[in-house]
Amino acid sequence: MTVDVQNDIREQAATRFAALGWPTPELEEWKFTNIAPITRIPWRIDEGDARAPQKFGVASMRGRALAELVFANGRLVDINGGARGVEIMPISAAASHPMFERHYARYADYQRHAMTALNTAHAQDGGFIVVGDGVAVDGFIHLLFVGTGDGIWSHPRNLIVVGRHSQVSIVESFVGSGNYFTNAVTEIVAAESAVVDHYRLENEATDAFHVGTVQIHQERSSNVTSRHVALGGNLVRNEVNVALAGEGAALTLDGLFVTSDSQHIDNHTVIDHVKAHCDSLELYKGILDDKSRGVFDGLIIVRPDAQKTNSRQVNRNLILSERAIIDSKPTLEIHNDDVKCSHGSTIGQLDEEALFYLRARGVGEAEARNLLIYGFASEIVDRMRIDAVKETVRTAIGRFRR
Amino acid sequence: MLDIKNLHAGIDGKEILHGLSLKIGTGEVHAIMGPNGSGKSTLANVLAGRPRYEVAAGTVLFEGKDLLAMAPEDRAREGVFLAMQYPVEIPGVNNIYFLKAALNAIRKHRGEEELDAMEFLQLAREKMKLVDLDESFMNRGVNEGFSGGEKKRNEIFQMAVLDPKLAILDETDSGLDIDALRIVANGVNTLRSEKHSVLVITHYQRLLKYLVPDYVHVLADGRIVKSGGKELAEELEQKGYEWIEQEVAAAR
Repeated sequence: MTVDVQNDIREQAATRFAALGWPTPELEEWKFTNIAPITRIPWRIDEGDARAPQKFGVASMRGRALAELVFANGRLVDINGGARGVEIMPISAAASHPMFERHYARYADYQRHAMTALNTAHAQDGGFIVVGDGVAVDGFIHLLFVGTGDGIWSHPRNLIVVGRHSQVSIVESFVGSGNYFTNAVTEIVAAESAVVDHYRLENEATDAFHVGTVQIHQERSSNVTSRHVALGGNLVRNEVNVALAGEGAALTLDGLFVTSDSQHIDNHTVIDHVKAHCDSLELYKGILDDKSRGVFDGLIIVRPDAQKTNSRQVNRNLILSERAIIDSKPTLEIHNDDVKCSHGSTIGQLDEEALFYLRARGVGEAEARNLLIYGFASEIVDRMRIDAVKETVRTAIGRFRR
Repeated sequence: MLDIKNLHAGIDGKEILHGLSLKIGTGEVHAIMGPNGSGKSTLANVLAGRPRYEVAAGTVLFEGKDLLAMAPEDRAREGVFLAMQYPVEIPGVNNIYFLKAALNAIRKHRGEEELDAMEFLQLAREKMKLVDLDESFMNRGVNEGFSGGEKKRNEIFQMAVLDPKLAILDETDSGLDIDALRIVANGVNTLRSEKHSVLVITHYQRLLKYLVPDYVHVLADGRIVKSGGKELAEELEQKGYEWIEQEVAAAR
């Protein structure tokens, strides 16, 4: 793709954003999240003048990841490591790569989705990862995004293409400090029979805004596990859209969101069963404290051609405060009758019997509560396959182990 | 060790214990028997401090301290252990991590050094053998997916690790087969010493064949109506609880 073509896409996306405008709660897909506080700030791009990031050292997985790319306010600040059979580069250097030309902006829909249009129009840097056919990567690649400084917005953009019969693990992390706004888009393409283990750890600063879109395109017999942990940020909306576009594809979609104070975290997922014989297993767990608000808005679409679909969608929530709010909206939209689909949602408080049991053995009340909260989250954490990620998540929700 | 005086207690506004008094000396094993609904489990739950149970009157002193004024965790730290009738399953909370936290909280309370992971594992392994639990149970969620018998053995395992001064067994024998019953009794017998007291609450006499009590009390309608030695348990087994109820009715 020549730079001109890329610029064409930018211009088209900018035009689309101008036409669509910022999303408002009048839109069904945004009914639970009002991003007016984001729209009121005159954001600017970091032209290299913002304060250097100080916090990424903690979030860095250098030495544990095969390769790590670090971006500050959307600009590349560090790249190290590598993996055999894998091309890893900043996406700013990938415009002439055939895979960029073939896949860039083909899945994340900037025609219909305003925030994707905004990202595509302003797209800065991000990770560009191409795993060759038949390559099994033993280890993981880390993409770390650091936001810093007040009034700065960034539009990270990632493209991950996993070749046929290949296997890879990718971790995206978002951290920072200040009142900044991250609007990130990641496109993942899993070719035939590819195996992808993807993690997205959102632990933005307390005052930060975050809108994330992960767009996954799965071809025949591919197997993708995508795990989304949302802990930080003041106002957060994470969207995951998956197209099961080839027969026999399998998806595991896990989510864990933990909110406190006046945080708002919206998890919006769409799993589109386009072809037959695909499996999707979705489990999102929320822990809500103080006067925070969480949203699970999950849609599963089963297309007319998607016979023998096997799909399960579950959202479980633990409410720790009388003032916390959860909106849970699991939705199935089924267009053929040869499917096995289920969905459900639960909202509950800490189990008083369990709390008494722990206390009756000598564990103090505060610690007993924390053990139970941690136990609730561990269903998601324990099945993560990367120790560095598990440790990061455990530490991040460590306040429940005090 | 334990001195219960004129205890009136119940749940949801309904009084179940109507003036129960009981003294347990250090090193003694007492059994409380009684028909369903006599207040056996209420007594166990009130002693352990289970929420929702209300005490209307009476006192309970444990080593001279007011037990009823303590939070459940403080009772445990002082040395009271309740082996529960229905141990709850707690998925996601690691069995061994939780027990280490409990033991170290108790040790800290006693002014003893906390055990590190290695020391604790050694102790846990030793005590697991006592109740014939496989080591794989250590790393499962608390009681998660355990059979009824395994849950009861896990209670006795925890008791053995925490080494309480007073162990209260709330119908630990119910639902156990004879092998599990022997294992449970054996676990408790190992704990028996001149420093440890045990209160066995049961509907049936069969556990008492293996765990022989020093004293047996019969609970009926929220009061202890008859006390005696271990022979009383055998008498109850032969004559049934109607005998007691008739005797109590006649005395009124």
